[in-house]
Amino acid sequence: MTMSASHDRSKKDIPPVLNESGLEIKPVYTEKDVIDSGGFGGVGMPGEFPFTRGIHALMYRKRPFTMRQYAGFGTPEETNKRFQYLIENGQTGLNVAFDLPTQVGLDSDAELAEGEVGRVGMSVDTLRDFEIAFDGIDLEKITVSLTINGSAAILIAMYFAMAEERGYDVSKLRGTAQNDILKEFVGRGTWIFPVEPSMTLVGDTIEYCAEHAPLYSPVSVCGYHIRESGANPVQEMAYGFCIAKAYIDHVLARGLDIDAFASRLSFNFDIHGNLFEQVAKFRAARRLWARILEEEYGANNPKSMWLRMIAGGGGGGLTIEQPENNIVRGAYYALISALSGTQTMALCSYDEAFTIPTEKAARISLRTMQILLEEMGLRDTVDPLGGSWYVETLTNRMEEEIRTVMGEVDGQGGIVKAIAEGHVQNAVSRQAYENLKKIESGENRKVGVNCYRIEEEEQAIEFHPVMQEDVDAQLRKLEAVKADRDAGKVQAALDRVLDDARAGRNVMPSVKEAVKAYATVGEITERLVVAFGKFKEPIRF
Amino acid sequence: MNSKRIRILIAKPGLDGHDVGAKIVCRALMDAGHEVIYTGLKKSAREIATIARDEDVDVIGLSILSGAHIPVCRKIKGLVEEYQLQGKLWLVGGNIPRKDHDDLKSIGVDGVFPFGSRLQSIVEFVNEKVA
Repeated sequence: MTMSASHDRSKKDIPPVLNESGLEIKPVYTEKDVIDSGGFGGVGMPGEFPFTRGIHALMYRKRPFTMRQYAGFGTPEETNKRFQYLIENGQTGLNVAFDLPTQVGLDSDAELAEGEVGRVGMSVDTLRDFEIAFDGIDLEKITVSLTINGSAAILIAMYFAMAEERGYDVSKLRGTAQNDILKEFVGRGTWIFPVEPSMTLVGDTIEYCAEHAPLYSPVSVCGYHIRESGANPVQEMAYGFCIAKAYIDHVLARGLDIDAFASRLSFNFDIHGNLFEQVAKFRAARRLWARILEEEYGANNPKSMWLRMIAGGGGGGLTIEQPENNIVRGAYYALISALSGTQTMALCSYDEAFTIPTEKAARISLRTMQILLEEMGLRDTVDPLGGSWYVETLTNRMEEEIRTVMGEVDGQGGIVKAIAEGHVQNAVSRQAYENLKKIESGENRKVGVNCYRIEEEEQAIEFHPVMQEDVDAQLRKLEAVKADRDAGKVQAALDRVLDDARAGRNVMPSVKEAVKAYATVGEITERLVVAFGKFKEPIRF
Repeated sequence: MNSKRIRILIAKPGLDGHDVGAKIVCRALMDAGHEVIYTGLKKSAREIATIARDEDVDVIGLSILSGAHIPVCRKIKGLVEEYQLQGKLWLVGGNIPRKDHDDLKSIGVDGVFPFGSRLQSIVEFVNEKVA
């Protein structure tokens, strides 16, 4: 046997490796692979179209990524204390968690809210709660992100009302609301109204902000939760972009110019799994989004083409087994996020699969990001993996794959129809099942779960308590606010919300008036339900 | 091997919208040959009890990730007599800390399957208990 024949044979014996998105990964890459996959033409320079290497020329050299841990629990009073703690420890943005009643538009005293008040986030009934939660926080220095969807129009109006009360000029106010209702129908589930009127509400917030709060980001489109529901990295981006385009199309139909609002759309993506696949995913997505905005929408302002994002989290990659391993996973996810040129970073804390993170766990997540910035040189050079034959090839191929999946969705009648009928939900849920079976069979390795296990593990996690006295205090406060307010003014404001919603007018001005009169989240939602109805979930397997 | 197909209700009580796990369990039970009814999200205890009675299911499985499992299960327990749910196998899954397992069992839950439970263990439990 000749040497070269044995070399060829040994190569053939290597089993093929596919990444999670289904692309075959070669053992070695060369320049030829980049050329064969589309070349270096789309790489360009950071800060220049198509922004593959980053949306800013100097990236973290000029300004490090914002660190914005998700936080909020119990009463606004308690949440304010956690906010202050995180800010004192060097956090540069806030990411507010709301409890489930607030997220689905129920007051703390609603029957369905029983047992859920203050449990997974802060409880908000009226403007009084926002006044308390953000007391003492400089809203110009600290940008606030509201993780709210079904009831987002109300909470955005509440945030603006609170800021105005404190003397801020809303036209200069920065911040973000998640407000991506389409993905709630796929994963996370805090929908209230049917799909079409839910889209209308998102459109109302975008239109209102374009006019009154042009620096505020009214929507953060989330591939994140779609991936957490079972999507692979290519689908995460493809479905996310289809959803973003659905919002854009909706707002364009109202007669707005693309450059009047597209620059304020932001994105929220997930990081877990293969490092290079994630980095290529973000580089490909940045380029593709810029091209879509330019080619399909004719945007002129480069900022409209920017894929601004929060990337991190990684909840789906964390394990209940040997939870301390999640600290290490979080560090890798943060590294990926920085290598990918994110604008904002947040990490799931190591105990988050069990409970609301303790102060210590939240601090470890924050320190993980700070160590990257301060000790690892991640600030020094933009897009350090750019030019790698492997990464550039994968970037080219991921872009192509994302386009293909987007085309498939369009071919099936578009994302809104696919979600309303439950097809996207069915597809990702089937994939989640297949993924779990691969972990259970050992085909996909997961440390501590199907290899390197510790049998009879001790559960050394400190659980976050829900205090009944906090729930009682929230209920008493709601009662006191209701007793204190001008009932006639509240009624008139709520009537106007209903009128506007029925007439198809933008509800933001009347919702803001209602909020300022201390109408509750539940009262405003009820009026919108009268006008819009409720979503009926399609069940498909 | 069971002679009759087991009818199983998988329900999402309360406001928690995380349904990845519930749907996975539905698929695993269907693959095991059982008949599964999935309620969808945001069902009250009374709605779940009504469906369980009307559909005459053998098994009621609740998926709860918000941490509200104890209050939710107490509510269901309060409806067992009114809706004649005695004798139905009662399972709870999701984000259920070990310290709460005994409390749930004393409320009347037959099997607790927290995160990390193998799908086969759920299928086997159902097959064994509903004979």
